[in-house]
Amino acid sequence: MKIQNLPDKRGHFGIYGGRYISETLMPAVIELEKAYLKFKNDKAFKKELDYYLKEYIGRPTPLYFAERLTKKVGGAKIYLKREDLCHTGAHKINNTMGQILLAKRMGKKRIIAETGAGQHGVATATVAAMFGLECEIYMGTEDIERQKPNVFRMKLLGAKVNPVSSGSCTLKDAMNEALRDWVTNVWNTFYIIGSVAGPHPYPMMVRDFQSIIGREATAQIKNMTNRFPDFLVACVGGGSNAMGLFYPFLKDKKVKMIGVEAAGFGLKTGKHAASICAGKVGVLHGSKTYLLQDRDGQITHTHSVSAGLDYPGVGPEHSFLHDTGRIGYTAITDKEALNAFKILSLSEGIIPALESSHAVAYAMKLAKKLGKDKIIIVNLSGRGDKDLNTAAKEMGVGI
Amino acid sequence: MNGKGQGGYPSARMGGGKGQENRIQKTFARLKAKGEKAFVIFITAGDPDIKTTKEIMFELEKSGADIIELGIPFSDPMADGTTIQAASERALKNGTTLNDVLKLVRDVRQKTEIPIILFGYYNPIFAYGVKRFAYSAKKAGADGVLVVDLPPEEADELKIETDKNSIDLIFLLTPTSDNARVKLVAEKASGFIYYVSVAGVTGARKNLASNLKRNINAIKRNTALPICVGFGISTREQVKKVSSIADGVVVGSAIVKLIAHSEGKKGFVKGVGSFVSNLKAATKGF
Repeated sequence: MKIQNLPDKRGHFGIYGGRYISETLMPAVIELEKAYLKFKNDKAFKKELDYYLKEYIGRPTPLYFAERLTKKVGGAKIYLKREDLCHTGAHKINNTMGQILLAKRMGKKRIIAETGAGQHGVATATVAAMFGLECEIYMGTEDIERQKPNVFRMKLLGAKVNPVSSGSCTLKDAMNEALRDWVTNVWNTFYIIGSVAGPHPYPMMVRDFQSIIGREATAQIKNMTNRFPDFLVACVGGGSNAMGLFYPFLKDKKVKMIGVEAAGFGLKTGKHAASICAGKVGVLHGSKTYLLQDRDGQITHTHSVSAGLDYPGVGPEHSFLHDTGRIGYTAITDKEALNAFKILSLSEGIIPALESSHAVAYAMKLAKKLGKDKIIIVNLSGRGDKDLNTAAKEMGVGI
Repeated sequence: MNGKGQGGYPSARMGGGKGQENRIQKTFARLKAKGEKAFVIFITAGDPDIKTTKEIMFELEKSGADIIELGIPFSDPMADGTTIQAASERALKNGTTLNDVLKLVRDVRQKTEIPIILFGYYNPIFAYGVKRFAYSAKKAGADGVLVVDLPPEEADELKIETDKNSIDLIFLLTPTSDNARVKLVAEKASGFIYYVSVAGVTGARKNLASNLKRNINAIKRNTALPICVGFGISTREQVKKVSSIADGVVVGSAIVKLIAHSEGKKGFVKGVGSFVSNLKAATKGF
């Protein structure tokens, strides 16, 4: 099977993916898969989704040639796919809009979601407010602390934010708690997962909804340069923005792709969140994939300055594409990401999310090594307003 | 009798094979003859420590437990409520590994024939090595394995190995399971079927689900395996009610809570025992 035609019918990408969930949830994910397969090619569904993508989210987002950054780095041309300009400030809403339209058709009245950085929580609370559905968001207490503006945003949007203080108090624990909620309220609740993670059909469905990023970028780069890009670069926590940009390009073998994980304090310190670069295959949150775990299979605590990348797993399709060699994976430290955060702000007047700063940091390294005729597209997955407190603290500035 | 299995692990079949009853079958048959239902107790291995778990296991048997489900601690127990989450955390904090759990089973098996089911999540088993796990579990004297996040669709990898070693792989059915899923599970399951009484996580609840009888009868039409009911059961009335419908009753969180509240006080193991014998009495006379 061609790699762009995966997953198979049971949700596997090679050995990865699948449905490792409790029996109670099996009927729910089967029902969801049926609904998704029915509506994804349904004309009225597509029309409604397209309408909101354009009129509400503000798509298409620009593909912007970062001329000053390119000059400063001195090498390949760097283009930024401006997902930070989506309504709510990140790519996350491409997916939440798709899923809530599905929830509506399935007659679900209650929405739940997990969130790390809060971007997915905000994007979920936003669409829930817009369609008048009850919404509860699970968020680790550590993330609540470092992403306060997003917590307030969710509350303003009418969502209930449930603090999660188990385990490492971050994204993985929020996901555990969301799964516990879902298993308890499965009859009336739709769980909007925010990444290309979880049991089938989520990795496939979230990728499909996010693929609008890559489809637009394909047309835009062709219009602007009359050719394909040489490299695509995106950050990878769970990996939804990366799959969204990469997926439509998978069949074009000349386009190289790099997923950038969070190296935290450095891969050698053990304090990072680089599941592919430094993890082992295992099973968590519904799929088989690379995980950060100890030798006994216990999930280890992760670290990244960016809450959205601070997760011990990764979407199963990434694990598969890594093993096949189609996509390369690397990691960027907190320090390098913060440096890129500053450089992009200064050179282009764009303050990127700390997550996206990882992609920018790697793109700068890469561009330097390439000729001026080469083209890199970086997915600027979100804006940095939510990270101002964290960044100021890291820079030793009081605000 | 048996040669080496694949991958260097000899088959651990203890001269058994088809036709001979295993400990789980024997237990259900013995209880049936007496007009009793199986009283199944869940505890987390290593909570508060392995040594005490061993004492508790012997006490459970003495107090009337018929089957023990031994929880393998996991860092992210997403099917469990707060009580068992906390037990898992305590066990991990004192360094309990899957190896320790298997060693515990081996120790306990020297002195008892009570069926022991290893109960846990897939990642620790996967990290240990599925083949090695099934072999070691059998060799230690475990009778069954139940993996909460391993539905039949994903279970082949483990089922091949548990079959090879004549260990029962036990599956769950729930109030959300439709007829197709009941059939699928009935086809793959062995030992008994664990029916989850409510949609939700583990933990005590005030009331039993009203559709319990109907759902269990629907399962019975599809399988001859015994059906044990768990999740949310903690009182004598509930045990009695479930005993009138099913072949066994599972109590977990209520016992785990007793262990947690004891904080290792002297003699608390006896207290666990009297709690168990009080509930066990409600499984008799059917």
